[in-house]
Amino acid sequence: MKAKYKEAVVAYLFLTPNFIGFLVFTFLPVIFSMILSFFHWELLSSGGGIFSGLKFVGLANFIKLLGFHIQNGKPIPNDPHFWYYLFNTVFLMLAIPVGIFGSLLLALAMNQRLKGIVFYRMIFFLPTICPIAAIVVLWKVLLNPDFGLINNLIVKLGAVLGVSLTGPNWLSDPRWVKPAIMLISLWMTIGGYNMILYLAALQGIPRDLYEAAEIDGASGWQKFRYITLPMLSPTTFFITIMSIIGGFQGGFAIIYILTGGGPAGASTTIMYYIFTNLYEFQKAGYAAAIAWVLFVIIFFFTRLYWKKGGKLVHYY
Amino acid sequence: MNTGKALTLQKIKESRKKRERFKKLIAYLFLTLFGLTMVLPFIWMVSTSLKLPQEVFTEDPLQFKNWIPENFVWKNYIEVFKVIPFFRFYVNSIFVAICVTLGVVLTSSFSGYAFSRLRFPGRDKLFFAYIATMMIPGAVIIIPVFILMRVIGWIDTYKALIIPAMFTAYGTFMLRQFFMTLPQELEDAAKIDGCGFFGIYWRIILPLSKPALATLTVFTFIGNWQSFLWPLLVTNSIDMYTLPIGLSYFQSQYYLVNWTLLMAASTMAIVPVIIIFMFAQKFFIEGVKLTGIKG
Repeated sequence: MKAKYKEAVVAYLFLTPNFIGFLVFTFLPVIFSMILSFFHWELLSSGGGIFSGLKFVGLANFIKLLGFHIQNGKPIPNDPHFWYYLFNTVFLMLAIPVGIFGSLLLALAMNQRLKGIVFYRMIFFLPTICPIAAIVVLWKVLLNPDFGLINNLIVKLGAVLGVSLTGPNWLSDPRWVKPAIMLISLWMTIGGYNMILYLAALQGIPRDLYEAAEIDGASGWQKFRYITLPMLSPTTFFITIMSIIGGFQGGFAIIYILTGGGPAGASTTIMYYIFTNLYEFQKAGYAAAIAWVLFVIIFFFTRLYWKKGGKLVHYY
Repeated sequence: MNTGKALTLQKIKESRKKRERFKKLIAYLFLTLFGLTMVLPFIWMVSTSLKLPQEVFTEDPLQFKNWIPENFVWKNYIEVFKVIPFFRFYVNSIFVAICVTLGVVLTSSFSGYAFSRLRFPGRDKLFFAYIATMMIPGAVIIIPVFILMRVIGWIDTYKALIIPAMFTAYGTFMLRQFFMTLPQELEDAAKIDGCGFFGIYWRIILPLSKPALATLTVFTFIGNWQSFLWPLLVTNSIDMYTLPIGLSYFQSQYYLVNWTLLMAASTMAIVPVIIIFMFAQKFFIEGVKLTGIKG
């Protein structure tokens, strides 16, 4: 009995440092931000200190964020920005399947037992470990419409083909800014974590499966379709879930440096909108409400994929 | 009969070899093309960082000679340190990342040990609270912590950059999962030899968990090194900027003015990371695999 008591005391001692930090910087903030989403809080209200701008408003933040009102017989969202930024966020996430497919292709090529593979792997993994800020600064220069390398190459390509080509205004044209961001994030992530995970999974597939299929006369495509893909499905499932969760919250650093959310909000994502509300407008309550709606969205899509996508996974 | 069979076998083998060689060729071509698109921006960056400003705008990128600066302008690199406190950004980033990493690994290994090897009332409920918070987006948590920093006056201090990042549920979770896989027998044997709980943690659990500890160290360090939103929120004065914030600030000042300096700064931010990565490459990759498998 005494030993048991002692073990519990020791356990609490071991827990204390992390638990205090967890309580103060994670657990209580979660509770607090939930409460905060039912308040107006202008952090910069003049006079009377930081707490003077605090006011309970019930569901007003959520009604403003998600509600609609009728104008000229048509439903108009109370906060049209939010829906536009949600659209932007989802639009940027269209790069995710492309990226996963690209990572798979790279991993398949890397798995051919080639010489110098370490060298290639290093090159592809490089953008993952480089400071994102440095890479975005580099790409901002590359994508400059007048002098950047990309548009320069497009013009030169046109000259070679005998047609006059001009590159788009990547970062100041609302139609091109999202493709530009997708291009950069694809370039940054395609050879990174996902590719390594695929490569590890490929190397874990038992060779005798392929040998057995060869004896049965399976073609290369059939081997890929009926052995490789199913054997990779747990990895694909894991990668997709992580990408959905990350995608809804992603891209802040890229957008902040590259465009500042512009032109005219065309590259503002939900995450960026939270930041603007908190930092620039100093509206902490509204920012908290958006953050919680974001959580619900992530939760909903993750669960949906978990249920639907989970069925496609072959566990062995 | 026998020789005929051997012949066809040999034929099959040969055609298979040919096919393998063809596949390898395709793979090489594909990887090289892809590799070039990865490497060319970096080369352009280094080359631009060594040019004169007027050189950058006029040149035809299809001409190979234009990728080599006419006269290497090393002065650009010195100039960066003159126009912004670049060295200070560097030191800030390294200092913050080291402190955070030490804090995370130390406190997580304590709590991971308690959750995995000790019994105490409320253990499972508490652990569930840890896991539950891992699903919540960072934005939800950041807002109140940012306000807290303002209320207690930590804005623009190292404390704000370091302390809130030092206690992660993820680190606890990851190490707890790893500690669970260690055999109980070793612990029992140590107990019989009179080893206390701290002795078990220090002499048995930690030495056996080197791969997991290394992975957590690497990921925490990279994560913090890359961290952008939090340092942006809690720093105001240039002297407190970390490298990413400093670069972003420098970019906002010089994007329209001087690309060669911008590229010199970016190069200096990237090259040390590449050097470290070249030495520790295997380590990184194993770390990715470890977390991927454990989920």
